[in-house]
Amino acid sequence: MSRSRVAWVALPVALAMTLSACGGGGGGSTAGGKENPDGTVSIYGTEPKSTLFPANTTEAGGGKVTDSLFSRLVGYKAEDGAPYNLMAESIKTTDAKVYNIKIKQGWKFHDGTEVKAKNFVDAWNWAAYAPNAQQAASFFSVIEGFSDVHPEDEKAKPAKDKMSGLEVVSDYEFKVTLNGPTSVFTTMIGYTPFSPMADSFFADPKAAEAKPIGNGPLKFVSRTPNALIKMERFDDYKGEDKVHFKTLDYKIYSSQETAYQDLVAGKLDFMEALPPSAKVGEKYKADLGEQVVTANLLGQSAIAFPQYIPAFKNLKLRQAVSMAINREQITKTVLAGSYVPSTSFVSPGIKGYRPDTCGEYCKYNPEKAKELLKESGFTGKLTIQSNQDGGRKEPLEAACNSIKQALGIECEFVGATNFGAFRQIVDGKQLTGMSRSDWSADYPSIENFLNPLYRTGGSSNDSDYSNPEVDKLLKKADETANEDEAIKLYQQAEDLIAKDLPSMPTWNEKGIGGRSKNLTAAKMSFKRQAVLESFRVKA
Amino acid sequence: MGRYVLRRLLQLIPVFLGTTFLIYALVWAIPQDPFSGKCGQRPCDPAYIAEMSQKLNLNDPLLIQYFKYLGNLLTGDFGTTFNGVSVGEQIGTSWPITLKLGIIALVIEAIIGITAGILTGLRKQGFLDNLVLVSTLFLISLPVFVTGFVLRLYLGPQGFDFMDTSVSSDPTIGELILPGFVLGSLSMAYVARLTRTSIVENRRSDYVRTAIAKGQPQTRVVGIHLLRNSLIPVITFLGTDLGSLMGGAIVTEGVFNINGIGGLIFRGIQEKEGVMVTGIVTLLVLVYLLASLLVDLLYAVLDPRIRYE
Repeated sequence: MSRSRVAWVALPVALAMTLSACGGGGGGSTAGGKENPDGTVSIYGTEPKSTLFPANTTEAGGGKVTDSLFSRLVGYKAEDGAPYNLMAESIKTTDAKVYNIKIKQGWKFHDGTEVKAKNFVDAWNWAAYAPNAQQAASFFSVIEGFSDVHPEDEKAKPAKDKMSGLEVVSDYEFKVTLNGPTSVFTTMIGYTPFSPMADSFFADPKAAEAKPIGNGPLKFVSRTPNALIKMERFDDYKGEDKVHFKTLDYKIYSSQETAYQDLVAGKLDFMEALPPSAKVGEKYKADLGEQVVTANLLGQSAIAFPQYIPAFKNLKLRQAVSMAINREQITKTVLAGSYVPSTSFVSPGIKGYRPDTCGEYCKYNPEKAKELLKESGFTGKLTIQSNQDGGRKEPLEAACNSIKQALGIECEFVGATNFGAFRQIVDGKQLTGMSRSDWSADYPSIENFLNPLYRTGGSSNDSDYSNPEVDKLLKKADETANEDEAIKLYQQAEDLIAKDLPSMPTWNEKGIGGRSKNLTAAKMSFKRQAVLESFRVKA
Repeated sequence: MGRYVLRRLLQLIPVFLGTTFLIYALVWAIPQDPFSGKCGQRPCDPAYIAEMSQKLNLNDPLLIQYFKYLGNLLTGDFGTTFNGVSVGEQIGTSWPITLKLGIIALVIEAIIGITAGILTGLRKQGFLDNLVLVSTLFLISLPVFVTGFVLRLYLGPQGFDFMDTSVSSDPTIGELILPGFVLGSLSMAYVARLTRTSIVENRRSDYVRTAIAKGQPQTRVVGIHLLRNSLIPVITFLGTDLGSLMGGAIVTEGVFNINGIGGLIFRGIQEKEGVMVTGIVTLLVLVYLLASLLVDLLYAVLDPRIRYE
């Protein structure tokens, strides 16, 4: 019985595959060589830090797992992150406040039940409900009625367990009312927390913890903590991002070095990041040759000037320091070409990005920097704080040296032992000097590079920056339904930020990964994740 | 003998309570907020922190936390980590692997170390003696990760292609031989030297001379009389070493990507997951205690002068 069913499903899948192979499938796929539609693929993984619920995996290790298991209303194109309707049939709005969302029919969860509008509504309500303690709950704060289910005061009991802004219209249609117009909502709903959940999940979340049931291209098979997460192709999958292999293993490594050795040896098929030792002297190019995989990452490295430190209230000092950093040289030498100098507050490749918004202040100019320093009247010592593990220390030490040489003042790198210890200092507003302030976007939108970082009280506003003008522009942009107009407003805000320079953009990372010889094609996305539908296994 | 063993086993109880409390308190005292950095660049949601603190009893004072933990432990519940996976399950998958690795390392170091020690102890100042002396010095001075990386590089696919670069998630004994060798290499050098010194010393003792004078064959003099006495310090060393091999395999496990106890402890400390660290360390303490009990009992077998009552 089951065998014949599989064969029926396999036929169209195989057909679709040959078709897409003929279509070229983008730059990554090399001609020649037969493909194995039922192959096995192994991908580098790290142990998830939270339970495998989409709204609870905000870090990379768990995020890549839930991203493969669940599909959302919109997906993002691998190349530039442009959103497209995945599960959504249509998303309609006139005022950017009320959205009518129709979903495609016939989609199934891995347990065979159909995905309906209420699965979205229930999942979002569940994720936002404070007692369920989901890390990404705050992403639902744009929806009307969020404060009822998730009160500001963490001790207060939520008045309701459903947000008033979510309303099921029919099996395949629901209505979302937001607190105010938010044009980025249509992009945001592609982010992992906005996944639907199956009915069985709400009946017994504890069981779903051990065996997540999603609606994505892959279904969960088994998990050995700290070692392996196994998945299999979901043959009933209806989305256009179907995968062209049978089994997927996320192999969990404690050391990137070991994983890299395995990649070179062909024991591991894909890594989205390479260890520092492979980047030295571009060794990876010799090791991997044409198996190197690159991507535009949506990330931005910067150094923040915390505004609660009196010395940094001085704009001239901020400008002087920024001009004293030789970005060109540091990215070439210390960072071994895996980063490029940044000249803007938004990452390249995103819609609305303009180069050089930071202007001359992000260009190395020791003479002008010295002049500005003199005018600022600052004397004393500068420090840059960061965690020192994971290769964070070296480039910032180089930045300090550059400042020292250009300005003739003392500069010292102050390291915290790990990311947790460092964030504790930053979140507690206990920085005593400049600090590393790297950001990677949750979803591909210019909005996500500005609101969390530069809005007063933004969730990741490390420099404690506050400018009412910027706030006003950002708010106006959020409320503008027309995308192009909204982008223009965001750009105006960016220009104001550039004038204030609350943090200085330093560099942008080039995503460099690798695939093994077992794959004939593989791509990497802007989120530094494997684009699973691009994988082709050698026969 | 029976009473002695019983007494030793009863001693385990206060030691068990003491160590669990000490470790729990130490992890508790790590000056880092367990929630900082857990949610990426932005601070965690207050509701998330409140709920998780409640679940993991983080709001209680230390003593209450400890007793709650102990209570769960007695019912076989090791607690759960932040990612919702039960500690018991994680230990359950990692423990056999580390035990296997530890025992393989122990066997390798015992066989090679003792053999080298006997051979050199019997022929002092020969070529072999000097060779072992130099090579053990070499092994002692090399950090484990250097040995690991070098062997992996030369024996792996890029070198002579004897082995894979890492082991599978449920490794076989064959896969663990090389990691076991790396792990045991340092102790192997100590065992060789310890055996050698001990043999050299005992060779001149009266009972050996008597045995030779009686006209007993060389193999019997060495194998029965000399070895049984000379091995007492070596066995002591090996017994305590099993514990340190299991807990101290962090580097070796990392190099070969073995899903073992060492890596779990390391991660537990980094993530400030007290339940994880306490659970594993408690088990390690038990291994130490049982191993040393076993060593003490072995003394009686090796040395007829030792009796327990």
